[in-house]
Amino acid sequence: MALKKPSVPFSGTAEQEAQLRQVIAELKDEPGSLMPIMQKAQDIYGYLPIEVQTIIAEETDTPLERIYGIATFYAQFALEPKGKYQISVCLGTACYVKGAAQILEKIENDLGIKSGQCTSDGKFSIDACRCIGACGLAPVMMINDEVYGRLTPDDIPGILAKYE
Amino acid sequence: MENINLKINGIDVTVPKGSTILEAARLANIEIPTLCFLKDINEIGACRVCVVELGNGRIVTSCVYPAEEGMEVFTNTPRVMESRKTTVELLLSNHNRTCLSCIRSGHCELQTLAKELGVEDEGLYDGLKTVSEPDFSAAHMVRDNSKCILCRRCVAVCDAYQSVSVIGANNRGFDTCIGSPFEMGLGDTACINCGQCIAVCPVGALYEKDATEEVFKAIADSEKHVVVQTAPAVRAALGEEFGLPIGTDVEGKMAASLRRLGFDAVFDTNFGADLTIMEEANELIERVQNGGVLPMITSCSPGWVRFCETYFPDMLDNLSSCKSPQTMQGAIIKSYYAEKKGIDSKDIVVVSVMPCTAKKFEIKRDHEDGTGYPDVDHVITTRELARMIRKGRINFTTLPNESFDNPLGESTGAGVIFGATGGVMEAALRTAVEKLTGETLDRPEFTEVRGMAGIKEASYNVGGMDVSVAVASGLANARKLLNMVKNGEKNYTFIEIMACPGGCINGGGQPQQPGYVRNTVDIPALRASALYKNDEAKTLRKSHENPEIQKLYSEYLGEPGSHKAHKLLHTEYVKRPVNKRFE
Repeated sequence: MALKKPSVPFSGTAEQEAQLRQVIAELKDEPGSLMPIMQKAQDIYGYLPIEVQTIIAEETDTPLERIYGIATFYAQFALEPKGKYQISVCLGTACYVKGAAQILEKIENDLGIKSGQCTSDGKFSIDACRCIGACGLAPVMMINDEVYGRLTPDDIPGILAKYE
Repeated sequence: MENINLKINGIDVTVPKGSTILEAARLANIEIPTLCFLKDINEIGACRVCVVELGNGRIVTSCVYPAEEGMEVFTNTPRVMESRKTTVELLLSNHNRTCLSCIRSGHCELQTLAKELGVEDEGLYDGLKTVSEPDFSAAHMVRDNSKCILCRRCVAVCDAYQSVSVIGANNRGFDTCIGSPFEMGLGDTACINCGQCIAVCPVGALYEKDATEEVFKAIADSEKHVVVQTAPAVRAALGEEFGLPIGTDVEGKMAASLRRLGFDAVFDTNFGADLTIMEEANELIERVQNGGVLPMITSCSPGWVRFCETYFPDMLDNLSSCKSPQTMQGAIIKSYYAEKKGIDSKDIVVVSVMPCTAKKFEIKRDHEDGTGYPDVDHVITTRELARMIRKGRINFTTLPNESFDNPLGESTGAGVIFGATGGVMEAALRTAVEKLTGETLDRPEFTEVRGMAGIKEASYNVGGMDVSVAVASGLANARKLLNMVKNGEKNYTFIEIMACPGGCINGGGQPQQPGYVRNTVDIPALRASALYKNDEAKTLRKSHENPEIQKLYSEYLGEPGSHKAHKLLHTEYVKRPVNKRFE
């Protein structure tokens, strides 16, 4: 068994931790407050690595496994940080039939990470998303707010190079 | 209580309002198969094996569906049986079906259901399979999720009985798997090694790390003098592996089978239990008389000890410094017995047969090597001993009753009741009261501390001094009790804590009983009654009356608590984190 650790080392600051502890202190006595605490923690850190979940576990006197179970059940929680450039590849129906899977595979191969992960330099993260409403341009992807359409795998290196 | 009337399979049934259909059927003596269901702690209706058909044609899960007035229920219609069969076929579609080599083959609940429901093609719904690696990281057990059916029985006991909660369901949908946070190995968690998860697993996903091969090898090695000792609780359950009724005491057959397996000496950990009482009663009296830390808490249960080290590190001074009976006995085997027999300690192999998986962890702790050699070399569970007996093709039920070897096979009734919750307390009281008052007890029984309640309390006047005691089994109960002690709500002189609910008789290394039996029979109570009967039948029922114990002290150890006794029979504890920090 291998501990699931993100490719990017944890770099939480003392300010973030103080903020998290304050949020927990405010909420922990309310029934059903674990989810809101986890949501706020994700707002503070951008994701919920083991270091953050351990603080929540110890401050709320909750087993870490219960928090991890929730974090991995709901799609809203991320265990990996987001990169400076967030790549979202649309796997909606139209994009999919136009070869989006090959686009995603090409990006994964070029960056050496899988969908849901972040490169170790913190630059790029990849996510698969559902329809972004640009089916006419299928297959499409977004990098932060920039939309790229009618993609072929050969376009990918050039696009990624713009962000190097 | 208000009753309601319903019809199950055309039979009129009257049951208390609030009963589920499953409970109602059981009251009417109608059986419904279950898989995920564990009474009180895992009532989640997840597996759908317990489905029944209602008069209106609906198929519902009987374990969670409330019985209603005038309801009509059918438990065995073709639709019901087809539904159950499909459920099992779907479970099998994502199951590692290496049944022939599976540790649970022959007494697997899934295998039994597949057979009962007439599954003809176990690969009927084969498709994508979840991928998993077995987890060997814990000292005592293996998790093989390729066999897991996600019933969550293990998760429920870890949470409800033990309040340890180091396993749970991770991810969702098809990716769901039972595991620990961040997919860390169980060995990296605060798991206390109790093995209750193994005891309730219906399939072969959870099993102890098997030491039987090493034991067979040691026996075959002519250079080695291989000594075996058996914990009190083993005799109360081993028979179940060979079809004997729950609660059958098989002490004599067990000794006979061990001799036939080729052990050079067959000893009884009951001796070690008597020895523990000598040391522990002495420690208690010293603490009481010299203003030591009270309440003193027993330290025989390694699951409890690790729990204390993890969750109540500020109470480690309350823990008795006594080793557990098995390692005390191991240390005496490698010192006193070795000297007596003229055998070099290094050539002695001590094997413990234990109802417990945490004992596998215990022998690897620091300070469990009083002679410079490990006190105990191998721990095998009751289940592993049964495996050895079967492998050795020994016909257990027809064996004669034999006795243990001397000198370390001699024991009193006080030693044997160690296996049930309250037993150590009662055994300690038998000795401590006589020592403190200098008088002989009329009756050795302290029945207030017996029984299967999770927390028991009693007060005694001993030689003019008030002694209040408490007994807890199951670590969720222990946690409750200790929190009351910590916040000053309760005040005791002496506390006994056992990790497993009901004590060692219900340990994680004991024979696995299927869910149906667990839900309908008080297994710990039946096994405990075997131990109390064993105690009653003995002439000597107090540890200090054991002649071999007396000889051990006069010839070798001196007094309880002596320097030599401390070196061989006492240990130390360490603080452990709840959540490990990873770099």
